[in-house]
Amino acid sequence: MTTTAPRRTLAWAAPVLAALIALPFVVPPYQTVLLTYGLVFAIAALGFNLLLGYTGLLSFGHSAYFGMGAYAVAFIVKYAKLESMEAFLLGGVLASGAVAAVFGVLCVRYTKIFFGILTLALSQVLWSLAFKFFWVTGGSDGLRVPTPTLLGGAVRAGSDKFEFLSHRYYFYVLAVFVVAVALMWVIVHSPFGKALQAIRDNETRAEFVGVQVWHYRWVAFLISGMFTGLAGALWVPLNGLTTPDILHWTFSGKIVFFTVLGGFQTFFGPIVGAVIFNYLETYAVGHTVYWQMVLGIVLVALVLVLPAGIVGTVRRLLARPVRAV
Amino acid sequence: MDLLRTSQLCKSFGDTHAVDHVDFAVAAGEVLALIGSNGAGKTTLINVISGLIRPDSGRVDFQGTDITGASVHHKIALGIARSFQLVNLFDQLSVRDNVTLAIFSREGRTRRLFSLADADSAVRDEGAVVLKEFGLEARGSALAGGLSQGERKLLDVAVAYALRPRLLFLDEPTSGVSTREKAPIMDIITQVVRSGGITAVIVEHDMDVVFTYCPRIVAMHQGAILADGTPEQIRNNAQVTANMLGTTG
Repeated sequence: MTTTAPRRTLAWAAPVLAALIALPFVVPPYQTVLLTYGLVFAIAALGFNLLLGYTGLLSFGHSAYFGMGAYAVAFIVKYAKLESMEAFLLGGVLASGAVAAVFGVLCVRYTKIFFGILTLALSQVLWSLAFKFFWVTGGSDGLRVPTPTLLGGAVRAGSDKFEFLSHRYYFYVLAVFVVAVALMWVIVHSPFGKALQAIRDNETRAEFVGVQVWHYRWVAFLISGMFTGLAGALWVPLNGLTTPDILHWTFSGKIVFFTVLGGFQTFFGPIVGAVIFNYLETYAVGHTVYWQMVLGIVLVALVLVLPAGIVGTVRRLLARPVRAV
Repeated sequence: MDLLRTSQLCKSFGDTHAVDHVDFAVAAGEVLALIGSNGAGKTTLINVISGLIRPDSGRVDFQGTDITGASVHHKIALGIARSFQLVNLFDQLSVRDNVTLAIFSREGRTRRLFSLADADSAVRDEGAVVLKEFGLEARGSALAGGLSQGERKLLDVAVAYALRPRLLFLDEPTSGVSTREKAPIMDIITQVVRSGGITAVIVEHDMDVVFTYCPRIVAMHQGAILADGTPEQIRNNAQVTANMLGTTG
């Protein structure tokens, strides 16, 4: 994970952003909505990768924070009768942060498989709560979330919900996405981010340069959970409904898949992985009832052929001629 | 006053007394060597003092304060740093980042989430100076995992040195490198340590290295201190000679 100069990153990030801004005016609304899902998942994967790629901890329970973000929004609608997206985001981030803070205390003393299993088990506790406490959570029916108002009520949905989602809501998600990416980029390049990478590479030595390993892991866990919770809060209005599925460990597996697909040893890998996975899944589901098998084959093929993920492999290919000189 | 003093320090692993009632003192400004055959307890003594493992009994004082049960973090804050026999580096970080992380940590700046590490020119400059002192300035951008064994040994010491400790433990800084590389490595290390006014305890296997670079030598055998003196005294100590030349470990 070499450091990328900010200028070099901006040089290609700026055109990509321009393309993303222009997109809703060029492609059909359905494509824009599909990409919105991709961007939302990308934020979740970005949060997840702070733990996997930068701190060396494989969480198998990130559905907990995504789901907590989503359910927090549903509870805000159900109990506080609010429809403001800003309230949703705040509530989602705080709720997932609270859960991550508690789960983190329990998990950060462990690493490797023990960490993974513990995060998995804790997330399944939330899943079963959402499933069983149907008078609060709606059980397997889930909770409905209406179309929100944006920017403190200044932007509202008209009669055409799809038009709202494919334009105004898309730009809203894109803006949050850009802020989240920029924030995470600064975090991983900060002294704190370097300390996390040091912990990943060598826990003992990190302790012997004065880094309090558990404490730093906990902060990383918290930030990671909040990013994923933010994604969950953005996802609900898009989906219109939250169900316990989003808390189930299989969704945690998807977040892992996004990240591995894109390449967890790169900053932008999880983003690319999430967007591509979303397309893969959507088209696989649309074309065959055996879509899970298709995805399974893709995963196996990727692990065997591109162990560094899509972005990792592309970067390696680009770097090769330079190295040969 | 002694910078460091251990009193009746003990650490056992099962029936093995790795550190057996050790009374050991280091004065400020000293560069001393800790010698002994394999299994003599040198590394265990350093591990106990630096906080990697806890002693069974006994006491460690640093600058007159009891630090026996202090956390590693606290000991580092007091100015006790160490390098490792088996090199412990952050392999996927650049050589520069390995050193600057120690500087950020020393300055309490690793808690900063919202500033770019590379934008801190004071830390970057200090890191560059440290790398230059250790002859690694040309390797700053390389990943630590890509260095040669000799460079890795130097970087391991450089990371500990960048903490600006008062007391630095160097656990076999020349182990695993060729005989030809040993002298240059020790030249650099002793030069840096002396010019920085750092008190250093060097664990070493190679007697030639020890006699050349360290004015005081402490010999350990089976967890206890066998002899303590100048190179001349140690060389003429019959017990040391017998144990160092013998095959028992």
